[in-house]
Amino acid sequence: MKDFEIFPDKSDLPVVHFENVGVRYGLGPEILRDITFSIAPHSFQFLSGPSGAGKTTLLRLILMSIRPTRGVMTLFGEEVSRIDKDRLTDLRRRMGVVFQDFRLLDHLTLYENVALPLRVQEREERGYRAEVMELLAWVGLGHRVHAMPSVLSGGEKQRAAIARALITRPDLLLADEPTGNVDPSLARRLLRLFIELHRLGTSVLIATHDLALMDQVDAKRLLLGDGHLHIDE
Amino acid sequence: MRSDVTQAHHGQGEGGAQAPEAGFEAPPAASAGTGAPLPSPPPAKRHAPLVPVDSAASRSLVAVIAILTFLAALCAGAAELVATSSAQWRASVANEATIQIRPQPNRNTEELVSRAVALAVATPGIAAAEPFTLAQSERLLEPWLGAGLDLGELPVPRLIVLRMAEGAEADLAGLRESLGEIPGASLDDHAQWLARLSAMAQTIVAIGIALVILVLVATGLAVAFATRGAMAGNKGIVEVLHFVGARDSYIAREFQSRFLRLGLKGGAAGGAAALLLFAILGLISSSWRASPAGDQIEALFGAFEIGWRGYAVMIGIALVVALVTAVVSGLSVKRFLAESG
Repeated sequence: MKDFEIFPDKSDLPVVHFENVGVRYGLGPEILRDITFSIAPHSFQFLSGPSGAGKTTLLRLILMSIRPTRGVMTLFGEEVSRIDKDRLTDLRRRMGVVFQDFRLLDHLTLYENVALPLRVQEREERGYRAEVMELLAWVGLGHRVHAMPSVLSGGEKQRAAIARALITRPDLLLADEPTGNVDPSLARRLLRLFIELHRLGTSVLIATHDLALMDQVDAKRLLLGDGHLHIDE
Repeated sequence: MRSDVTQAHHGQGEGGAQAPEAGFEAPPAASAGTGAPLPSPPPAKRHAPLVPVDSAASRSLVAVIAILTFLAALCAGAAELVATSSAQWRASVANEATIQIRPQPNRNTEELVSRAVALAVATPGIAAAEPFTLAQSERLLEPWLGAGLDLGELPVPRLIVLRMAEGAEADLAGLRESLGEIPGASLDDHAQWLARLSAMAQTIVAIGIALVILVLVATGLAVAFATRGAMAGNKGIVEVLHFVGARDSYIAREFQSRFLRLGLKGGAAGGAAALLLFAILGLISSSWRASPAGDQIEALFGAFEIGWRGYAVMIGIALVVALVTAVVSGLSVKRFLAESG
């Protein structure tokens, strides 16, 4: 029995589907080869593998910040090889991302950083202010809403980045080493946060090489190694 | 540590109710009814710009825009000055025409003059015809031939000055035709002078407009460079904006509004400096007006005043500079985003 239980969903269309996807940078060797996998709606999975195995590259593929050099990718049931930029933005608005290095905007306050995804959708601030405050309180940052990222600790930045990824209640959450900068007890709390989110209906993909973290949840594991993907159900 | 986690797991099994762990309260969906006090939201204030303002680069750009606006406004003001002066000149010159009557052998010149005056007055659009008397004609020649000469012996041409009626087009062609009956009479409507004068004025105005256009193009290029620099410097931010769901058009608007502000600042500074300069020059020239030098300057340039139209043109240029700044930066951002994919 694992520490956390996840709730698989009998689903319709996969949120993400890769079919024989390969990526190379320039004329170099393929970093990822023949990647075939799906992320089902309302599912929870880990993406693991040694450093440099291509975990971040795979996440960037899903985010469409890099394009596959071959293979077929669908996001939310849509084939994306010829997608136009506005449509891509629509798809990205259904995803939340937690970057390994957080990528908070240093010139904005914590509140503004977390509200950013709503602000760029040109929503009225009056409509989301309470929601942002509530989420900040939920991740334990309610007292730091006016702080600038530069004065936050690593753990606080981590939680702010997670709050920013969650504020739009995304259908898919991608997190890159979300527990890489925090102590084990905070790592466990963050994991609980992701599971909570999963329970609310979001598909979660966490890239990590932290075996202890993965052992706490009985979830599908996507293992990257040598450019190939192995799925450990 | 272990028990803590297990407890959470049990909590889920018992129907999803979670005991909040230290640091995390219940998720938003579950906390709706709890009424837990939240920290007060930040006071409503203007959003910080999404694109950080690099003050040094911004200041240089404002300075460049201000200088270019100043130069453009000077060119426009000078062109306006010339256009106004030449219009005044032309109006006063075109308001007059001259009939010249060369004395003919065996003809009474006085009689020819009075016939010409009668013809002129009868022409529509001519308000008055004043013949110079013999004495007046002699006085005209005095500076060249000296006083006290008896000009009665010389065939001095006689002049008739015609004044046009205001607002009416005088039928000078008809007059010229009818003057054909009078031997030795010819009509000078100053057309040649006017043509040269207006050609000169138009050239100066065209040069002024060309300079204004060049300056606007230079402004656009400077802004395009600055925008690309700002984009390259903020690449990370642009990438984050893309990931959190910002459209290119939204990012372009963010940059555009920032550059519009810089353009308005620079345009206002440059335009105001040019306005001030013209106002001061106008004051100085009007204080000189009493002196002989001032009279000559005024004869050449008219009053050194560009009038409300000149000031409006300068303000218009400042606004156009700001607009060019905004449009060019918007276009550069869109192109940059399209190139960066």
